[in-house]
Amino acid sequence: MTLLELEDVTASYGPVQVLEGVSLSVPENGAFGILGANGAGKTTTLRAISATVRTGGRITFDGKDIRGLRPDQVAALGIAHVPEGRGTFGDLSVRENLRVGAYLRNDRKGIDEDIDYCLDLFPNLQERIGSNASALSGGEQQMLAVARAIMSKPRLLLLDEASLGLAPSTAKNVYDAIRRLRSESGIAMLVVEQNANLAFTLVDGATVLETGRNVLTGTTAELKGMDEIRRAYLGG
Amino acid sequence: MGTFIQLVIDGLSTGSVYAALALAIVLVHSATGLINFAQGGMAVLAAYFAWYLTNQGVPLIVAILLSIVFSFALGAVVERWLMRRFERGDPDTAVVVTIGLLTLITGIAGWLWTYNNQQFPSLFPLDTVSFLGVSVSIRSIGTTVVIVVAMVLLQALFVGTKLGLALRAVAINPQSAAFSGLPVGRLLMVGWGLAAVLGAVAGALVAPQLTLTPGMLDNALVYALAAVILGGLTSPVGVVVAAWIIGILENLAAVYVPFIGHDLKIAVPFILLFVVLIVRPQGLFGRKTVVRV
Repeated sequence: MTLLELEDVTASYGPVQVLEGVSLSVPENGAFGILGANGAGKTTTLRAISATVRTGGRITFDGKDIRGLRPDQVAALGIAHVPEGRGTFGDLSVRENLRVGAYLRNDRKGIDEDIDYCLDLFPNLQERIGSNASALSGGEQQMLAVARAIMSKPRLLLLDEASLGLAPSTAKNVYDAIRRLRSESGIAMLVVEQNANLAFTLVDGATVLETGRNVLTGTTAELKGMDEIRRAYLGG
Repeated sequence: MGTFIQLVIDGLSTGSVYAALALAIVLVHSATGLINFAQGGMAVLAAYFAWYLTNQGVPLIVAILLSIVFSFALGAVVERWLMRRFERGDPDTAVVVTIGLLTLITGIAGWLWTYNNQQFPSLFPLDTVSFLGVSVSIRSIGTTVVIVVAMVLLQALFVGTKLGLALRAVAINPQSAAFSGLPVGRLLMVGWGLAAVLGAVAGALVAPQLTLTPGMLDNALVYALAAVILGGLTSPVGVVVAAWIIGILENLAAVYVPFIGHDLKIAVPFILLFVVLIVRPQGLFGRKTVVRV
């Protein structure tokens, strides 16, 4: 069952068109990657889904056309966007950040349980629970950003460069936790990542973007076998 | 000593009025990054609304409560149908729009109710009470208490409720807030509404003393802005303390410094402001804004 489908999606910032026609689909419980160089349109593809950029084409979620909704309406459908640069609330404590993530929910008990789950998933956050998000390290902020998204109980997670600016071991920790989340929760994921090695540990398939278009789409195994992918993204 | 305490308490009371207006300005600034120069004008409109109702025979306290409801709606409407049009543009444009709004409100109030001073009934008796051998005006105590209570309620809303948490989140990062499903536009309307309510409380409390005119809060707005700068735009507590300091110093200087007197007392907060800004550009309690590159 397809959960999210993009068909020939275009997007522009003012007069500058960034996406020329991107198509992809994420199955229910699946994880799909978007690879590509800087400026290829990876982040913009995610922004097109969460309605923070002007788009054309077709974007359907769970069979419904979601183009033209506001970002908060998209979130209410069950799409949680973890933006590039993390977007945590610096002046709020870790716990408050998580509560903001649960804004649309009213099941107090479930919220408390999910906070506990997030702290179990990211033990680093446990000891920082009362600190302001701005006092956290880069890795901890990334963990908090993912945890905040989990708190909304999404059906689809949009993950933008979760490894950006992190030490390799920290990035690996973050991806380990996300993989565990995937297997335990079944949340579908659309993952933008520069580091293809990391991405391939999480996703079942991926598409490669170049100047706002798909140039290559395949399963993780297929892509790993291709020479041009190895040369361009896997360092060998 | 008796005069001194009287002056301090009267200063605290005028300082509280500046504080309410200053907090309203901080509230809007933290949510939108704008200084709303029409904050005082909107409060004056609320005071006229209450005054009009009392003239129709509505009891004063009911009239003030209704004017508070009116203010909340006014603030929300101004955000939704005026300020939002300028949200994504140059912030300077939006600030100029608020100045235009102030001019417009003043003009409309003058047109509807003339520029003559109107008597506004006082919520508190004009008597004094004896306190430790010093006679203090009930109105000054009442004004201070009401505004402190309003601030405590506001603080409780921000710290203790889900709505308050959402308002703070939107102020810090509207995009991330939207990604968590927060209705950013509606929350901004609530923020502007709450700011207008604070202004309305200040207006209703100070109107009996100043008498009601379209420009009644123009001076108070200037003092409130001084308090905002002095206390630091990022610190609500700092802003309140600064407003009290300004109110008290202004009163004391007028009486104890013969050179200043009542004519020059308006300069006192600005001299203070000048000195503070030289020493601490971020204000007494504000944080330095660090821009990472």
